[in-house]
Amino acid sequence: MPDWDPLQLTLRLACMTTLLLGVISIPLAYWLAYSQARLKPVVEAIVSLPLVLPPTVLGFYLLLIFSPAKGLGQWLDHWLGLRLVFSFEGLVLASVLSSLPFMVHPIQAGLANLSPSLSEAAYVLGKSKTTTLFKVLLPNIKPSLLTGLVLTFAHTIGEFGVVLMIGGNIPGETRVAAIALYDEVEALRYDLAHTYSLILVALSFTILLSVYLLNGNHFPRRLS
Amino acid sequence: MSQAVINQVVMGQAPLITLNLHQPLLSASGKMALQVKLDIASGSFLTLYGPSGAGKTSLLRILAGLMTPEQGEIVVDGQVWLDTDRGINLPPQQRSTGFLFQDYALFSNMTVKENLSFALKKGQNKTIVRELIELMELGALRDRKPSSLSGGQQQRVALARALVQQPKLLMLDEPLSALDSTMRQKLQQHLLAVHRAYGLTTILVSHDAAEILRLSNWVVELEQGQVIGQGRPKDIFSHRSVSGKFQFIGEVVEITQEGFIFIVAILIGQELTRVVADQAEVEGLVAGDRVLVASKAFNPIIQKLP
Repeated sequence: MPDWDPLQLTLRLACMTTLLLGVISIPLAYWLAYSQARLKPVVEAIVSLPLVLPPTVLGFYLLLIFSPAKGLGQWLDHWLGLRLVFSFEGLVLASVLSSLPFMVHPIQAGLANLSPSLSEAAYVLGKSKTTTLFKVLLPNIKPSLLTGLVLTFAHTIGEFGVVLMIGGNIPGETRVAAIALYDEVEALRYDLAHTYSLILVALSFTILLSVYLLNGNHFPRRLS
Repeated sequence: MSQAVINQVVMGQAPLITLNLHQPLLSASGKMALQVKLDIASGSFLTLYGPSGAGKTSLLRILAGLMTPEQGEIVVDGQVWLDTDRGINLPPQQRSTGFLFQDYALFSNMTVKENLSFALKKGQNKTIVRELIELMELGALRDRKPSSLSGGQQQRVALARALVQQPKLLMLDEPLSALDSTMRQKLQQHLLAVHRAYGLTTILVSHDAAEILRLSNWVVELEQGQVIGQGRPKDIFSHRSVSGKFQFIGEVVEITQEGFIFIVAILIGQELTRVVADQAEVEGLVAGDRVLVASKAFNPIIQKLP
């Protein structure tokens, strides 16, 4: 029998990441969808970086930044007792960064596709920008929100490079399913590798299938 | 509508709205400046008329606070809404306006009734929602989502929603252009009814002469961002000089030559008529032109239809 800990850890990581990204991405996507700031292209490029960079690059820089030996990592460790390398918290942070575009892009696109008269109508009716966002805009882009949530969840389940870099392979702390699988293959335990793989395939397939079933044509045909 | 209101505009006595705006615009034909100075009497039903790109919609958006002009001043009922010199610019939330958007802008996540209730101010009495649902004949549709309604029904919901806060000023951006003629007439009746019932000052953007004649009591003609004329609708549309007893405004559909004469097919309302014309009359006329069909020394027979 496989060790269930890595799978549990994977799900915990995916849930945390999705939750945090949901909160972070709404204001960020709102700003990206409506701002005309000069800085916007720069922020857009940064948000999209994880799409094209090897995850190991992100992992490597995070490892350097949060190393408790110096700089920010030292400060966090000393003052907040927060160590972000080789810890679950570090994994969450790394996953949030590497899944950022998967959450931000659908929400940003959803907001940008709404007719501007929708928010204008709410403003004329005396509603604040916040009320308008939560009562009018977000309810009208539910498919985009769902897409963002699911893509983030599924992408986090598939996280490997960045996790290996900053998290390592500590059982119960950073040893997620993808890492455990790699481990079993290295140790030539193919039967266990098969089990992890099959569970991951089944999990990812079920998530995506349920979204396609629920969401009809709103879900993008191409996941990228 | 009473002569007094119109005179008030003409004489310049304490109007409800005074505005004076300057805003450079980019139109299809290049750069132009919206340069408008206008007094609007309380209770008037004013139409902004003119070719597309003349700045009509921009003017409405500036009034609603959805667009800020480079320079200008808007005073409504003694309250300064905009004064670029003094740095005053009330956001749309603080201007008492109702705005009917061209695409209706209904919130598709809410039912008809929820759309109206959402518009309520904090602590406002909810009876207005019920009253408007009744007045606009929306009772049977109150629990439907906007996407399941026809264009005319959506329009009525949008109009009702714009009136929930009982604004001083109602603005309509070509609200009727997408509707068929029966719907259009029904909505015109609703518009007149609410205009009177709530003592509104209404500003309508419209291209349709028949609609303007039916609804409004003052027309402001815009072209290239400038006011090129204003007056009572029938004065504006009869082009002042003709003293015909019988006159209609129509649109040229087709001009065909038959021997020495020309036959001009003209669409008046929903009726297509053919009018005989000579060379001089058709000179410069093309299909799509708006024309006045008038006849003097002509005695029509009126018969009651069964």
